[in-house]
Amino acid sequence: MTLYTTSRQPTVISAGVTLRNRLGEWVDRHSGTFFIAPCATLILIFAIFPTIYSIFFAVSRVRFTGDGLKFRYVGLRNFSKQFFGSSEVHFLGRTDPVSIFGYTIFVIIVVALLVWLWRSQKYTTWVGMIGRTISAAMAIFLSWILCASFLSGNAIGTLYTTLFYVIIGCTFQFVIGTGLAFLCSQPISGKNFFRVVFFIPLMITPLGVGYAMRMVADVTKGPFEPLLGFLGLSDWIWSVDAWSARFVMMVGDSWQWIPFIFICMLAALENVPGDHVEAAQVDGASSPQIFREIIWPQVLPVAATVLLIRMIEAFKIVDLPNIMTGGGPGTATESMTLQSMYIWRANDMGSSAAIAYLLLILTVVVCASFFNYVVLGQVKKVGA
Amino acid sequence: MFLKKLTALTVSVAAMGVTAIPAVAQDFSGITVDILTRPGYVIAGRLAERGLEFEEMTGAKVVVTEVPFAEIFPKIQNDWSTGTNSIDIGVFAAGWGVELDAAGLLEDLDPYVAADSKIDLDDIAPYFREFGQKVGGKTKLLMVDGDFQMVYYRTDVLGSAGLEPPRTWEEYLEVASKIHGQDMNGDGEADYGSCIFKKRNAQSYFAIQTFAAPIVQTQGTAQGFHFDNATMKPMVQNAGWKKAFELYKATGEFGPPEELNLDIGDTRALFKAGRCGLIVEWGDPGTLQLDDDATAIRGKMYAISAIGSTEVLDRATGKLVPVSAETAPYAIDGINYSPFAAFGGWAGAINKKADQATKDASYAFLSYMNQSAQSGVDVTIGATGYNPYRTSQLASTDLWVKAGMPQDLADNYLGAINGAIDNLNMSSDMKIPGAQQYTGVVLDTQLARYLAGEITVDEALDNIAEGWDEITEDFGRSDQVAAQGLALGN
Repeated sequence: MTLYTTSRQPTVISAGVTLRNRLGEWVDRHSGTFFIAPCATLILIFAIFPTIYSIFFAVSRVRFTGDGLKFRYVGLRNFSKQFFGSSEVHFLGRTDPVSIFGYTIFVIIVVALLVWLWRSQKYTTWVGMIGRTISAAMAIFLSWILCASFLSGNAIGTLYTTLFYVIIGCTFQFVIGTGLAFLCSQPISGKNFFRVVFFIPLMITPLGVGYAMRMVADVTKGPFEPLLGFLGLSDWIWSVDAWSARFVMMVGDSWQWIPFIFICMLAALENVPGDHVEAAQVDGASSPQIFREIIWPQVLPVAATVLLIRMIEAFKIVDLPNIMTGGGPGTATESMTLQSMYIWRANDMGSSAAIAYLLLILTVVVCASFFNYVVLGQVKKVGA
Repeated sequence: MFLKKLTALTVSVAAMGVTAIPAVAQDFSGITVDILTRPGYVIAGRLAERGLEFEEMTGAKVVVTEVPFAEIFPKIQNDWSTGTNSIDIGVFAAGWGVELDAAGLLEDLDPYVAADSKIDLDDIAPYFREFGQKVGGKTKLLMVDGDFQMVYYRTDVLGSAGLEPPRTWEEYLEVASKIHGQDMNGDGEADYGSCIFKKRNAQSYFAIQTFAAPIVQTQGTAQGFHFDNATMKPMVQNAGWKKAFELYKATGEFGPPEELNLDIGDTRALFKAGRCGLIVEWGDPGTLQLDDDATAIRGKMYAISAIGSTEVLDRATGKLVPVSAETAPYAIDGINYSPFAAFGGWAGAINKKADQATKDASYAFLSYMNQSAQSGVDVTIGATGYNPYRTSQLASTDLWVKAGMPQDLADNYLGAINGAIDNLNMSSDMKIPGAQQYTGVVLDTQLARYLAGEITVDEALDNIAEGWDEITEDFGRSDQVAAQGLALGN
């Protein structure tokens, strides 16, 4: 008798086969799964389980007692108070009154997003539409907060302070880092020295960077005090003005992270085949043309990946504002991570976990949208 | 025969053990006492130094771990609640003990005190003994420091300007405005009328309470000034707290330009350098001005036990009314004073889950710190951060003069502290579960946002009320009402 199994490659098993043999063959067929299982289990335990477990914190009021932690279910209260309760202005910023300018910009953005969504449904799949709808919903929410707070002359909250560090900070870092990498990829003398120098800040612990920046940025005793005095800015105190404090935070963050962009982009630039550039030069292409048509398309995948990684990291900024200003003045330099940390430090684990989840949602949607609609769009354009 | 010998041997060993207990009670060889407290030499430094003495005497090793101020309480609560137990003694604000005790985390020290012939608790000033050290009528902490927030002024600066020390916050602003910009230390630079540590996530939230207390509390300590004690509804959405916020912010006009980013260490460096005409502080400047790096102000920084108010809150209407015999029965010359026992003083508590030998050693160390032989010296050294809390330290200036304080300054300094302690309208710091969250998180954050111009004073007070209500609900309103009553002695 011949028995055919349902494995990918049918196995012939003789009539006298034992249960042990069948088990052995089953194990053989699933050996890949067995080899991967320990790794998958570890990932589940150390990565996914804590993430899921923290949901219990996010929907609970956690109390410390002599018998350990006591959870009391509070539903979505820890989330809702970030939008409607005592933490609303802290998290979202002040959203009242909204200026005419704010309303106008918001309407324009909403119309643009709806048009984009309408056009998308002509060429994308249902899954793609779901993704676009989520992105559009997030964009409309963020646009409303932006228009009602910053564009209406109101203070922003930790949400937009975080986005300031991410969008403005990462753009600044990318431009400077790529520029430095391009310079160091040129045949200039001492470029190895500059490579090492530019790379050093990345190796310093963020706490060290925070304290170093705090000393450097001290306008009364710091190294730039004479310069500020010469420029007539001796009375300028960056730490008491919201935007100057945010700007100093961004400069400190950039000082540490530009080397990351620099080193990755340098590697990408040096991998651009020299003969392509030489051929373009022979054809009479100018330097900007060579960069735009030859170099940029080849480094674009690396650039996009680097920017994406940097954005994800920037969402988690915490050390610099904690050390340099304690989140101040007021809450001006407080990122969402720092907000979560301060609340956690007060042992309000539930609210802290809720903010961490809000940050996770924001990071995933913004970064996924950036990748899908900006990076992939550029890559397709270059490929075409 | 064998049984008789065995019995005799057992009895002998037991007898030796019993008789040996007193002899070995102070021998803690092999035991390590882990202490957690604030960073820097202040508070922690003296614990470490006394720890070395204690190790020499008893063999117990004392390890002091320092963490940022805002992390002290959660770290201790976390460690003791989750059973990590890496900390044996927490040295923190006396008022924070009640929340830890409610969770069953504090060792009852009464049995230890009863067997301790050296501690002399009767010598500890009643407020610190009953408010600071006791929770629910039992001794759960031992003080190493006694705290009141006061105002200090430069006698030379005010004298040369022909100004009297301020009695109200309005006068404080007036004096600050008149001396602001003067060169107070002879370095040719303009100095500041007022210096207050206003950095967020530090200790600014204590200073605002010092401003609010004389405006809001009028009927004695038991009245309190944070809540309606019967309902625990926050008592901050009124003209009294609003005025306190506005006055507090107004001091910034005469302060260092970076005041919003100054922690207490920063303002201490400023006033020791002679750059501040008025400061809001604890008892430390009295002795800090004797330090070698404070020659610019030595003997010139006098204390005022409290700044008062000529207007007080009418709780029925939420509006301000002039001080009168009815509205403020404890007022003096038309001014209502309410010295604020900010922080309540640093005190040590023992982890209930530590093993008995470690608890014995921990108590012995805290007792050693607290005993007048040691604390009588420590409180006279400014850098320790310890302020007087024993009657013997407050009754006579001898101790202070002996430590190098000029007689006039000693008279003023002790007079100010005694004036605060003896005031029947003295205001108490929060001593209910969640105290650190009510003040150190909610009040501190909203105050910082108001000072930075992010929100209006009304918004700040509304947010505080909402935030405090949330905390009260979390802990249970009826439980909090009971705790508040206990804390204020009602």
